[in-house]
Amino acid sequence: MISFSDVSKRYPGGQESLTEVTFTLEPGEFAFVAGRSGAGKSTLLKLIPAIERPSSGIVLVNGQNVGALRRAALPYLRRNLGLVFQDQKLLYDRSVFDNVALPLAFSDHSPREAARRARAALDKVGLLGRERANPVQLSGGEQQRLAIARAVVNRPATLVADEPTANLDAESARAILQIFFAFNQVGVTVLIATHDEALLEGCARRVLRLAGGHLLS
Amino acid sequence: MRTWLRHHWQALALALSKLLAHKPATLLNAIVIGVALALPASGYTLLANLLGVTQRFAPQPQLSLFLRLETTRPELDAVRARLRADARIAAVRFVSRDQALKGLRATEGLADVAAALGQNPLPDAYVVRAHDLAPDALDALASDLRKIPGVAHVQLDSAWARRLAAIAATGRIATGLLAALLAVGLIAVTFNTIRLQILTHAEEIEVSRLIGATDGYIARPFYYLGLLQGVAGGLVALAILWLAIAVLNLGVQDLADSYGSAFRLTLLGAGDACAMIGFAGLLGWLGAYLSVSKHLRQIS
Repeated sequence: MISFSDVSKRYPGGQESLTEVTFTLEPGEFAFVAGRSGAGKSTLLKLIPAIERPSSGIVLVNGQNVGALRRAALPYLRRNLGLVFQDQKLLYDRSVFDNVALPLAFSDHSPREAARRARAALDKVGLLGRERANPVQLSGGEQQRLAIARAVVNRPATLVADEPTANLDAESARAILQIFFAFNQVGVTVLIATHDEALLEGCARRVLRLAGGHLLS
Repeated sequence: MRTWLRHHWQALALALSKLLAHKPATLLNAIVIGVALALPASGYTLLANLLGVTQRFAPQPQLSLFLRLETTRPELDAVRARLRADARIAAVRFVSRDQALKGLRATEGLADVAAALGQNPLPDAYVVRAHDLAPDALDALASDLRKIPGVAHVQLDSAWARRLAAIAATGRIATGLLAALLAVGLIAVTFNTIRLQILTHAEEIEVSRLIGATDGYIARPFYYLGLLQGVAGGLVALAILWLAIAVLNLGVQDLADSYGSAFRLTLLGAGDACAMIGFAGLLGWLGAYLSVSKHLRQIS
């Protein structure tokens, strides 16, 4: 479960990116965070894995107040979250397989189990068979799917994705969204930030709408 | 435990692969560190060789106990018993006044002086060799021996031992200072190498952190990199030392032969060589630790 209670975030310099945001995301729920650029979507998502800390208010992730977590505890929080970044953050000097297997390298899995999980994650996003390719050889949509495979390889209970369909054509964007729906159907909580209103059309899902750092609904 | 060991093994393998992937840079770094280490190591080796040869050729420091002229036989025996009972004394040799005079007569240039003497003016004496040849121990022993009844004078020739100890101490201090200075250099070299490695892998470090890698996991390969770099430098230093001693021995051989000696400079013992390589590895690790502590924090 993810819960925000009166959460505000001010960056150094005084700019307030979020103002008293309150919402709760139940386990297994699927929700979008929508709004224009600069509305505070990325900031909201960064507060969940404690990439940013709230200036005030409380962010709870699975009962943990992430704003109060010590630095040493952050890796263990992040291993239980699947994170898809706006810029994907793929390693272009490594193969597709190595990118997906990266989160397993610092977990307790044996190399054999890690390889099995990595292949399973690639299979789920339709990239099995491209393990040895370099990420630069993949299309934009495939790179996004690779980022999703890396996010789910640890089988997290929550997926948090920041603009996963940005820079993709409508068809690729729909395909990416279907992957998230598929994970949600097996019980994974999903929170996706998007500025693409067209993407929300036809998706009967909860939308947290942000404008100027304020949650509208 | 198994996971912990696997992570360490992975970090070591990663560090090794990084070193092997950039062979020229690795070799250059090892040479820089090796030269820096070879200087104090050479000083230490030469000092050890010189002390060895000095102790081999220099006479053992002895204490001469001159007894009073009127000493009787029972008093002589009592002094001998006291000396033999002292655990600090390794050997006791008696030199009678007649033997001493005979020695004087046999000494070149002093035969005439001995012949001119009406009667033997020399006393009986004991020549004592101590277990502990340290100047302070010899002084203490001499002081105690002076208190034995019947002993007129105790002569201790420890000046050479003091000089040797002073030279050795100065040599050790100079070698230590040089080692400390160059150790700082070694740490600086490793610090900079690791800094560059961290900057090169900044993106990977950032991504790893975001998806759940601990700082320890991220830092470990860099620690091993510093350690391995130091060890490689230590091995290069040993090679330089071995080469230098081989070349120096060409000259030493002629010099020693002219004295009828088989003396040759010897390399560090296995223990000292391992200690030097270990020390180099430790300094490399320290340089890496300082660099990682400073630069990892800057990547977030």
